[in-house]
Amino acid sequence: MSQRHRLALEWGIVGLTFLAIAGPARSQPAPLAAQGCLGCHGPNGAGSGGIPSLAGRDQSELATAMAAFRANERPATIMNRIARGYTEAEIAAAVGYFAGTR
Amino acid sequence: MTTLRRRSLLTAGAALCAPALPRAQGQARLLVIGGGFGGASAASFACRSYPWLDVTLVEPQPRLITCPYGNLVIAGERRIEEITHGYDGLRARGVRVVQDWAEDVDPVARRVRLRGGDALPYDRLILSPGIAIRFGAIDGYDEAASGTMPHAWIAGDGAQMLLLRRQLEAMPDGGVVGLAIPANPFRCPPGPYERISMIAHYLKRHKPRSKILALDAKDSFSKQALFQDGWTALYPGMIEWVPLAGDGRVVRVDVREGVLETEFGTRHRVDVGNVIPPQSAARIATAAGLTDRTGWVTVDTRTFEARAAPGVHVIGDANIPGPMPKSGFVANSTAKQAVASAAALLRGEAAPEGVYFNTCYSHVGAEFGISVVNIFRPSADGTGIVEVPNSGGVSPRGNLPEQRRLEAGHADDWYRSITADMFR
Repeated sequence: MSQRHRLALEWGIVGLTFLAIAGPARSQPAPLAAQGCLGCHGPNGAGSGGIPSLAGRDQSELATAMAAFRANERPATIMNRIARGYTEAEIAAAVGYFAGTR
Repeated sequence: MTTLRRRSLLTAGAALCAPALPRAQGQARLLVIGGGFGGASAASFACRSYPWLDVTLVEPQPRLITCPYGNLVIAGERRIEEITHGYDGLRARGVRVVQDWAEDVDPVARRVRLRGGDALPYDRLILSPGIAIRFGAIDGYDEAASGTMPHAWIAGDGAQMLLLRRQLEAMPDGGVVGLAIPANPFRCPPGPYERISMIAHYLKRHKPRSKILALDAKDSFSKQALFQDGWTALYPGMIEWVPLAGDGRVVRVDVREGVLETEFGTRHRVDVGNVIPPQSAARIATAAGLTDRTGWVTVDTRTFEARAAPGVHVIGDANIPGPMPKSGFVANSTAKQAVASAAALLRGEAAPEGVYFNTCYSHVGAEFGISVVNIFRPSADGTGIVEVPNSGGVSPRGNLPEQRRLEAGHADDWYRSITADMFR
């Protein structure tokens, strides 16, 4: 392999490395408080069967729903029991994360 | 660069969670032992969240057969293939998967010895080895006896689960299915009662004159009122549950005679025997000196490091984290906390604040699901775990067919979601 080809290959690796770190392909991991949601709502909060998707939903919509679940003001099978376990800061972190996922 | 050198570069990179990155000097090695709910969740989460980690997973089975939904396989409601998961998704993400038994941990040299002879070095170890059956704790119940009266409480290669299934299929109508159920703590607290329910579901349709005799070494159990309400509604007269106070503790079995014998000498003749014996942390935890007198591993409730060995994070059913149940959901949740803690400590940072979740569904009937929810946090002094006040709890009681139907569906959805989270 010529010197020029090797350089091209090495710069290619640098380029791939940059993409791997900064590229859009890698979605941000969910904050730990939101990780609990994924157990039922699935990877990225994308939903599963009768369990609704959280991905890409408006932050205030999700926060309002959580507040209503906590207050037993919204029909629920289990979310009323779950919502009361979170702090306000954890809900803010989780809904912020899901609002940004696809 | 020669072709050979290029290939070796790619091979070296294959163990990285960001496969496009060449291996950096001094990259931190995260070794995960056990590919169940704890270990698979840990490996997947580590690769997705910390691409600078070099993640290796050691698991003796080529595929995971899950204990969750195993009771539906036993009842003929699922095929075993539907609860079997391969590790290719984790490999594709950059996890190096080693199919071998981990035999022992040297927490000083930071090495794990494998049965195949290799010793794997690590910077941080996530140990998620599951449970061991305490053969001999019930007189007459050794490993050979489990070939006649299965425990079906460790999935392994699926043989135990399928043996119990075949025995139920072979049993004549009018037979008695006997279960021996252990005292706390044990893997999956509602599991025996979901199993009773699913066996009843099968018998009701195929062998309706049959009975289930459940001999229990305790006086109360998880989701008890909901299970018993469901049994009365769906399987009237079929299930007899005998608590400890009613001489329910099985102390001896005779697999040749098909007898479960209780503490005060009553010999119950059964046609199919399912003995769920007392348990402990898996053998490697004991061999490594991590278990306490109870047979389980006491851990720091924030980092999940074993009290006996900092740097070894013990998750899943092998640990004994206060009031948290030994469930797949807790294993998944605490796996992420343990990995986040390991990553933080490797970078010289503090472990994150802990918050742990449990959502556990049980099937009582085909359209009858129930659940328990818990949210836990480390106690202020860091030695215990407390449940968040006024949160969680079990499904409401009462005649609520729509709630039960929805929760049965949610259980299926949960299973798809959590296994997707573990193996992506």
